[in-house]
Amino acid sequence: MRTTVPVIIAFLSGFIMIIAFCFREDAGILGRIEPEVLSWVTIVGGFTLLLGVVSILRVNFKAVQRKSEGWGYKLATLVSIFAMAIPAMLPTSWSSYFGNGPGSMYDWLFINLDAPMMATMFAMLAFYIASAAFRAFRARNAEATLLLVAAILVMLWRIPMGELLMKNIHPSLPGLINTYIMGGANLAVQRGIIIGAALGAAAMSLRILLGIERTYMGK
Amino acid sequence: MRTTIITIIAFCIILIAGSAIADSTQVVSDTTIVQDSIAAQAAIEDSAENAAAAEPKPPAFRSDRVNALVFIVLFCIVILIYTRWARSGKQLFIRKINGLDEVEEAVGRATEMGKPVLFIPGLQEIDEIQTIAGISILGRVARITARYDTPLYVPVRYPMVLPAAQEVIQQSYIEEGKPDAYSRDMVCYVAGEQFAYTATVNGYMMREKPATNLFMGAFFAESLLLAETGNAAGSIQIAGTAQPEQLPFFIAACDYTLMGEELYAASAYLSREPLLLGGLKGQDWIKLLLVILILVGVLLASFDSADWFLELFKSV
Repeated sequence: MRTTVPVIIAFLSGFIMIIAFCFREDAGILGRIEPEVLSWVTIVGGFTLLLGVVSILRVNFKAVQRKSEGWGYKLATLVSIFAMAIPAMLPTSWSSYFGNGPGSMYDWLFINLDAPMMATMFAMLAFYIASAAFRAFRARNAEATLLLVAAILVMLWRIPMGELLMKNIHPSLPGLINTYIMGGANLAVQRGIIIGAALGAAAMSLRILLGIERTYMGK
Repeated sequence: MRTTIITIIAFCIILIAGSAIADSTQVVSDTTIVQDSIAAQAAIEDSAENAAAAEPKPPAFRSDRVNALVFIVLFCIVILIYTRWARSGKQLFIRKINGLDEVEEAVGRATEMGKPVLFIPGLQEIDEIQTIAGISILGRVARITARYDTPLYVPVRYPMVLPAAQEVIQQSYIEEGKPDAYSRDMVCYVAGEQFAYTATVNGYMMREKPATNLFMGAFFAESLLLAETGNAAGSIQIAGTAQPEQLPFFIAACDYTLMGEELYAASAYLSREPLLLGGLKGQDWIKLLLVILILVGVLLASFDSADWFLELFKSV
């Protein structure tokens, strides 16, 4: 029962969506099924958010209570959750600092703490790229050397100074890199991966719909 | 074979019936529109808008999507045929995927070191097929961690992934005969924000130093942040994603990388179940068919006569 019912639900859901795919949105009930089902997903997602909140509170509270390693960070997480959530949930009629509109505590915390921290995390990517590139572009063998040469050419082509330098060597050099490295080898490989991935996704979806693949239920 | 035929017949019947119902619904609504517009025209004879309203709507059934439908039916037939062959005991050859062969080794390493295994099922919702593929692999990994009593930690970004991952892990622990070793805190909702999630997971990697990191699913800008931190923490890392833009980052920072379709093949490959392997084999045949079609298209385009051929694949 624990396996059969989910398999039937998965089959029916997928089957209905495939049928709905073939009809226009204004074609009665069949056309309206797809947006209707997608709105159900949003509703279910809203309910599961509660599960998420319970999970994060339970795990972090337990760690703080036991004073396990790194409990200070967990405490900071708990304080942050309440600091953001409580003022945002209180009615704006009590104070202009409540709610989530402009000038509220939530808004202030978002603009002055949350957004800069997210930007910092994203900016750190530059340093990670440098360290990963250093490791990837070491000329250990013929293939790695080829990769290194291609990478140097593309990096030079991408910056204005490099492009100018290339044009001084030969005016058509930047165009050749664009045509043969980026538009040729790179694009061909990317398309190959995309076609393979799309087929894999379609095959997995069909395996799930036909009830062959049940591993997503731990079977 | 009987299942295949029944499925296809049911599919066609529903399609035809659906088309008829949708068209009849539309005819009724069109008739109403026509009657309304005649009355309106009597009142305002020169109204161009009402004349436009009386124009018949396009048919409910989208004939421009028939090619996609034919492809789906063909795909289903091939998968079912191979599944049947696999069920009958026919040996199917599946090429070696190093990254998947190393999963058990990687978990074993974590067991020897007494360190946890970190599994990330991507940063997308449960309605993303890559996340489902990740969850499927998680089930296999959880069986191994249950067998070896290795701690497992699965941080998730979306709350809807949380119960799915919990359910899969619990089922795996039950099937390995260790239901008591399962804890629902193995899976934890971390944050909905992409970089808040990344910061938390990176912090976990640096503090706990997991012996094995498995990244399986859809990843975006955080892929390199996660993989490089794991590399710095000295973990053995296996990644799998169908996002072509993120593959170079994983290849640079991880020990093994599953590229594109390998991610979707992982659950079948790890389980070695004939039925699932049959599905994979069917997928390979469809891929061969596509390669042939691409070659035919290239040849026709080279002789400037590919218009009719391209028309076959125009859709949506």
